[in-house]
Amino acid sequence: MSEAHGGYYVPHGTHWPIVGSIGLTTLLVGLANFLNGSSVGTTMMVVGLGIVFFMMFGWFGQVIRESESGTYNDQVDKSFRWGMGWFIFSEVMFFAAFFGALFYARIFSVPWLGGADVETNELLWNGWEAMWPTNGPGDVGGEFESMAAWGIPAINTLLLLSSGVTVTFAHWALKKNSRGPLVMWLLATVVLGFSFLALQIFEYTHAYHEMNLTLGSGIYGSTFFMLTGFHGFHVTIGAIMLTVIMLRCAKGHFTPDHHFGFEGVAWYWHFVDVVWLGLFIFVYIL
Amino acid sequence: MSTATTHDAHNEEHPSGLMRWVTTTNHKDIGTLYLLFALMMFIVGGAMAMIIRAELFEPGLQFVEPQFFNSMTTMHALVMIFGAVMPAFVGLANWLIPMMIGAPDMALPRMNNWSFWILPFAFAILLSTLFMEGGAPAGGWTMYPPLVLQTGNAFPFLIFSVHLMGISSIMGAINVIVTIVNMRAPGMTMMKMPLFVWTWLITAYLLIATMPVLAGAVTMLLTDRFFDTSFFNAAGGGDPVMFQHIFWFFGHPEVYILILPAFGIVSQIVPTFARKPLFGYSSMVYATASIAFLSFIVWAHHMFTVGMPLTGELFFMYATMLIAVPTGVKVFNWVSTMWRGAMTFETPMLFALGFVVMFTIGGFSGLMLAMAPVDFQYHDTYFVVAHFHYVLVTGAVFAIMGASYYWMPKWTGHMYDERLGKLHFWLSTISVNVLFFPQHFLGLAGMPRRIPDYSVQFAGFNEISSIGGFAFGLTQLLYVYIVFKTIKGGAKATDQVWEGAHGLEWTLPSPPPYHSFSTAPEVK
Repeated sequence: MSEAHGGYYVPHGTHWPIVGSIGLTTLLVGLANFLNGSSVGTTMMVVGLGIVFFMMFGWFGQVIRESESGTYNDQVDKSFRWGMGWFIFSEVMFFAAFFGALFYARIFSVPWLGGADVETNELLWNGWEAMWPTNGPGDVGGEFESMAAWGIPAINTLLLLSSGVTVTFAHWALKKNSRGPLVMWLLATVVLGFSFLALQIFEYTHAYHEMNLTLGSGIYGSTFFMLTGFHGFHVTIGAIMLTVIMLRCAKGHFTPDHHFGFEGVAWYWHFVDVVWLGLFIFVYIL
Repeated sequence: MSTATTHDAHNEEHPSGLMRWVTTTNHKDIGTLYLLFALMMFIVGGAMAMIIRAELFEPGLQFVEPQFFNSMTTMHALVMIFGAVMPAFVGLANWLIPMMIGAPDMALPRMNNWSFWILPFAFAILLSTLFMEGGAPAGGWTMYPPLVLQTGNAFPFLIFSVHLMGISSIMGAINVIVTIVNMRAPGMTMMKMPLFVWTWLITAYLLIATMPVLAGAVTMLLTDRFFDTSFFNAAGGGDPVMFQHIFWFFGHPEVYILILPAFGIVSQIVPTFARKPLFGYSSMVYATASIAFLSFIVWAHHMFTVGMPLTGELFFMYATMLIAVPTGVKVFNWVSTMWRGAMTFETPMLFALGFVVMFTIGGFSGLMLAMAPVDFQYHDTYFVVAHFHYVLVTGAVFAIMGASYYWMPKWTGHMYDERLGKLHFWLSTISVNVLFFPQHFLGLAGMPRRIPDYSVQFAGFNEISSIGGFAFGLTQLLYVYIVFKTIKGGAKATDQVWEGAHGLEWTLPSPPPYHSFSTAPEVK
C-alpha cells in the first residue's frame, strides 16, 4: 500500500507491472504462434489477454482507491497531467507513421509507378495509369470500389464532433458539481462514441461484402483499413474509458477541482476526435 | 512548488530477496536493474561480435553458416542498441536525475518499474528466435523489406519484441520528462540543471517522438506479411523504399538518443577533473537542442543510394553537414573547459578524454559519409561500420563506462580500484582502435559489410581487426570484475568523492539514502 510522505508521494512496491509484463508477453507470444500457424496460439492469446485485463482492473483500481482516499496532492496531479500529455503525443506520432505512409504513397510511390519521374513504367507496367484510389499496377486484391466521404463517414464526423461538445458540457457540470447533468452528458458522449463504432462496423461489413474493398486491396485498402482501423480501436478504448468515468461519476467520485481522471479521458477523447478529422479529410474526402 | 519531505522509516517494510527487485518502485533499485541488465546484454551482444570477428579472421567460410553470420550481425545490433546502450542510459537517468535535481524519486514510480520489467521479457522473446525454425532474424537490424519478410518463424517474434522495447522506452521517457519538469527542487531553474539532465530531457523527447513511428513501421511489416497489405509492395502501389523512409525517420533521431546522454555525461566529468566550471553552459544546451531538431530532417542520408530525387539528395546532404556545427560547439566547449584547468587523470576523466578524441574521429568520418556523391562509394562498406562503431563504442559505450567509474563510488559507497580502472581504460582504448581503425581502410578499399566472406586482398586488415576485437572483448571481462569488486567492497568513498565535483548528488552521503532527498534542498 502507499502513503504520502509530507509533500511528496512515494508508492511502495507494486506487483502489477510484473503481472502486466507476463500478460503482455503471453498475449504477444500467443499471437506470434497463432500467426505461425501453431495450435497453442489462440489459447495463449486468450490467457494473456485475461492477465492483461486482470492487471488493468487491479492497477487502475488501486490508483482509483488511492485517489479517492486523498493520497494524491497537487504535485502528483501535475505529474499525471504531464504524463498523459506526453502519452497522447506518442499516440499522435504512431498515427503519423500511417499518415506518412498514405502521403508517401499518394505523392511519391503511386505517381512514380505511373512514370512520373523516370519512365520505367513503360517496361514494367505498360499502359497502367497512376490514379488515386488504386490497388497498384498489379491490381492486387481485384477491382474494388473506394469509400465515399459523404455517407456514413460524414455522419460519423458529426457523431464524434458532437461527442466532443457533450463531454465538454459534462466537464462544465462537474465543475459546478451538478451530478445529474454530469452523468447525463457523459452518457450522451458514450452513446455517441458507441454509435460511431456501430456505424464503422456497418461500413466495414459493407466494404468487405459489397465493394470488394479489403485490407488486401493494394495500397488504398492498406492505408484505408489500417488508419481507420487503428482509429476505431482508439475510439473503442476511449469509449470504454468514458464508460468507466461515467460509472465513477455516478458513484460520486471526483470533486469540482480535483478530477484528473475525468480530464485525462476527455483529452484522450479530443485527441481521437482530431485524428478522425485528419482521416475524414485525407482518407475520405481527398 | 511545495517543499518536499519524505520519511525513510518504512524502509524495513520492503520485501526482501527477489521480490524486492521485482516489485520495487525506487529509482535507485530500478536504476541498478537497468544497469545490470545492460551489462548482461553487453556481454551477450559482445559474444555475438566475437563470432562475427572470428568468422572474418580469414577469408573463406570457417566457423558458421552465412545465414547464421547474418543473424549474428542483426542480433548484435539489436541487442547492443536496444538492450545495452539504451537501458544503460535509462539506468543512469534513474539513478542520477532525482539526485541531480533534488527530488526524492522519479515522478511516476510504478510506471518506472514497468518500463524496466518489460525489457527482460522483450529480450527473452528476441533471443529465443535463435532457436527457432528458420533461424533468428538475419535481414539486418534495419529490417528492410522485402528481405526481412523472408524471415522464418522468428518474424512475428522479432516484430513483437520491438513493440515491447518501444513501450518500455516510451514509458521510461515520459517518466524522465515528467520528473524533470515537475520534481525539481525549489530554485533549480531549467538553466541551472546539470547538463546530464538537460541532455536526457531532450533525449526523452526524441524517444517519445520516434519510438511510436518505429512501432508503426514494424506493424506495417507485420500486416504486409500476414494480413495482405501492400505498404511495401510495388505491385499493390506501395514501395519498399517507403519503409526505409519511415524507419529512418525513427532511426536517425535514434542515433542521437544513443549519443546525447553521452554528451551529458562527458559534460559532467570534464569540469570535475579540470576543476573548472563547464565552458559555455548555455551554448551546450542550445547545441543539444539544435542537434535534436536537426536529427528530424536528415534521415534520408542513410538512403543516398536507394534512389531519390536530386533535390532530396542535396537537401539531406546539406542538412546533415549542418549537424557538424552544434557538435563542433560541444567539442570546442569541452576542450575550452580543460584549457588552463588543474587537470588530473582518474579513470572517469580518461574515458571522457577518450570520448572527446575518438567520438570526434567518428564525427569526421560521419561528415565524409554525409556527402552524397562520396557516400555512393562508401555506402554499405566497412567504412560505415567503422564510423558508427567509433561513435557508438568509443562514443556512447566509453561515456557509459566513464559514468560508471565516476558515479560508482557514490552509488556503492566504495572506491573502485584505480589501478585496474586505468588498466581497463588503456587496454580498451588500444584494442578498440586496433579493432575499428583498419575497418576504415577496408571500407575505402571496397569491402562490403554484412558478408561472411571476402576477397583475399582484405585479409591483412581483417586479421588485425579481429585481433583487436578479441582483445577488446577480453578486456571487458576485466570491467565486469572491477564493477563487482567495487559493489562488494573497497576503500570508503567520501560524500563529495571527487575534489572538483559539484552538484546536488555530491551533497548526499555515499551511498545515498533510499529516497534521495527527504527534504528538498534549496538551490541558490
